[in-house]
Amino acid sequence: MVTKLKEVDAVVVGMGWTGAILSRELTKAGLNVVGLERGPMRTPRDDFAIPAIRDELKYTNRHELFQDTAMETVSLRHAMSETALPMRRHGSFLPGTGVGGAGSHWNGATWRNLEVDYVVRSHYTEKYGRNAIPADMTVQDFGVTYAELEPHFDKFEKLCGISGQAGNLRGKKIDGGNIFEGPRANDYPNKPLARNFASSTFDTAARSLGYHPFPQPSANASEAYTNPEGATMGQCVYCGFCERYGCESNAKASPNVSVLPVLLPDPKFELRTNSYVKKLNYDRAAKKVTSVTYVDTRTGEEYEQPAGLVILGAYVFNNTLLMLYSGIGTPYDPVTGRGSVGKNYCYQYTGAGVTVFFEDAETNPFMAAGAFGTIMDDFNGDNFDHSGLGFIGGGHISAGLSNGRPIETRAVPPGTPRWGKAWKEANAKWYRRWFNVAGTAVNYAYRDNYLDLDPTYKDALGRPLIRMTYNFKENDYKIGAFLSQKSAEIAKAMNPTIMTEPRFRRGDYDSRPYQSTHNTGGTIMGTDPSTSVVNRYLQSWDASNLFIMGASVFPQNQSYNPTGPLGALAYWSADAIVNKYMKAPGPLMQA
Amino acid sequence: MTEIKLPRRDFLKAAGAAGVAGAAATTGIAACSPETQTAANASAAAPDTYLVLTNEEVAFLSAAVDTIIPADALSPSGTDCGCVVFIDGQLGGAYGGGAKMYRAGPYMKGTPEQGYQLPLTPHQFFVAGIRAANAWSEKTYGKLYDRLTPAERAEALTAWEKGVAQFDGFESRLFFQRLLQITMEGFFADPIYGGNRNKASWRMLGYPGLPATYADKVEEYRDKPIVVTEPLSIADFS
Repeated sequence: MVTKLKEVDAVVVGMGWTGAILSRELTKAGLNVVGLERGPMRTPRDDFAIPAIRDELKYTNRHELFQDTAMETVSLRHAMSETALPMRRHGSFLPGTGVGGAGSHWNGATWRNLEVDYVVRSHYTEKYGRNAIPADMTVQDFGVTYAELEPHFDKFEKLCGISGQAGNLRGKKIDGGNIFEGPRANDYPNKPLARNFASSTFDTAARSLGYHPFPQPSANASEAYTNPEGATMGQCVYCGFCERYGCESNAKASPNVSVLPVLLPDPKFELRTNSYVKKLNYDRAAKKVTSVTYVDTRTGEEYEQPAGLVILGAYVFNNTLLMLYSGIGTPYDPVTGRGSVGKNYCYQYTGAGVTVFFEDAETNPFMAAGAFGTIMDDFNGDNFDHSGLGFIGGGHISAGLSNGRPIETRAVPPGTPRWGKAWKEANAKWYRRWFNVAGTAVNYAYRDNYLDLDPTYKDALGRPLIRMTYNFKENDYKIGAFLSQKSAEIAKAMNPTIMTEPRFRRGDYDSRPYQSTHNTGGTIMGTDPSTSVVNRYLQSWDASNLFIMGASVFPQNQSYNPTGPLGALAYWSADAIVNKYMKAPGPLMQA
Repeated sequence: MTEIKLPRRDFLKAAGAAGVAGAAATTGIAACSPETQTAANASAAAPDTYLVLTNEEVAFLSAAVDTIIPADALSPSGTDCGCVVFIDGQLGGAYGGGAKMYRAGPYMKGTPEQGYQLPLTPHQFFVAGIRAANAWSEKTYGKLYDRLTPAERAEALTAWEKGVAQFDGFESRLFFQRLLQITMEGFFADPIYGGNRNKASWRMLGYPGLPATYADKVEEYRDKPIVVTEPLSIADFS
């Protein structure tokens, strides 16, 4: 039996970054908002306190804060001809659950996309010709530009108290910042984080080769900060327990720290935890979502929550699953190329570089912030000439370590055995004397990389799992080879005692080792309803009162971590909802 | 009751002879004082009790973790660091029972990149894996794994690591990978889980443990060893 509840103005599915931001903006605009979060309540005081939060085994190895794969997961196959099998335990990516979502246990790397990232198809076609983009590469323009999003990036950076150094202030290039970034109206709200051995050594080496290194923009606050909402952050203590952990000193921006302290007391907002949205109830004739059905995960009872406005702010896979399972929009068909729900699933291509060891230096890896280090963008986007390279896009190269947690983060020189006396000696000698120099690359969309419903495996609510058909492609391997060589050249200029051979990922995408939780696509945005799920305001083409947030709307993945770009899009969409949609409910773009 | 052969006596000899000065010189953390060393030995000498491991499994795992982590100047052996007690606790707890693991069928063999596809929980995996490894050891050497010489144990472990050992109905390489992983967890995790006794691995690495507040140190120690007299665990703050 389903209990039907009283209609509210707006219901928000998921209480991560985008759900919290939209809830805040909509309540400020006067709407009564109900937030539905499948996981438990999480507060810094109760859940992120020391000493318990400094438990590597519990949080890293036993996945304390992550999505419970006993309840749901995704299945994977590398090609349409294969049978997908479930990821029985997460490895390569670690989606969150609970209040704050993955935004409570991220590292805090916060980017603005490059201007070119929003116009991938038109830019490369115009500059390098019609054949620059392979026929089966289905990259698209976002339908929104960097210039349009700039004020919203600014707002998200201020919400999070980002620590960084501007490189392009209203068109003026500033040495020490990222000179390749699009023009920004304001500098970062906080100064950059401190620099350790890895950061400063890489900076010097990259400069000596004529590159333009800059400090990683970080949601780890370099000093105490109060954001425009009135929420306060402490100073980062460089504890080395950032990604996979909540922050005990409230120094890492998160929905829990940056938004919920002002959202939760608002009488216009009601948060229901342990409330797992199963389905959006769709009125096809009216082209509206009338309500959402959710399960109380404590009792198993189902509730129907009618709402005038529905915000889908779950993770990439759940956003896509809810659209497919609820029958909204046209599922993507990789054979004909028709349909859009599930299209352009992308991931992130990481780890193209080297490890360096310094006999006479102390890198102190355990003294670290999450988003910490020095980056260079000289080989990202179209910041360099792609003629004759055989690939499009690029990546950022970074140096540093975000932690020295001993189970997970140890490196030993090549040739060291994996156990025994020699292994022990190598660990004792090198644990405090190494770091990585590596590129993280774009991951572009292909016709046969997509999401749909698995025909065999089901989740705990009886719905099909999302089936991922995905593999890396030639464009990725070529960027990998390129970035690993560039990383090695810079690393060599640092005169390390030992340097590994340049490495990059080859072969099939591997679901086992952690790479990044930067999954994108499935409900992509655009200006053409035949090739996108939501319009440029993140409004569903098929349900005018449904808006979809998060990285599931990215038509392809840039090299940068997705949180900054999806935060800006959330504010951009909220602005359109409040200032356009609420004044005249209906489609904001004509199909 | 079968007598369980633990290589504790070997460790006591080694520790007495070699001391721990080498570890201190390498890591910058003060060496275990003779007092703390004695305390560690005393606690290790108390009989360990097990939740789920059988005598055969304890004997096997002791031999395996001591091959992976032999006693030397850097640390006591894997067993004396509590790795077997750690593994027992993990396999007897939520993780061992398959918590946070998608267990619905059908079960099919996939490619390695598709990840673990066996119907076994971690506890069931080790029960079956140890049985298969011991059966292979008996077939190959005429003895259970824990009865092998140290050189034979290392040779056997290498055969599993490379996947050249043919276990009956079990993949030796996968068994090795998971055995290595859980041993590393036991050796390096916070001591509250029963492994890493006396923070032996943290001393070996020069890892200071808790509380880890370095805002005033991160630049000061940019290229300098930070001297920590005693690494601290969660238990030290509880």
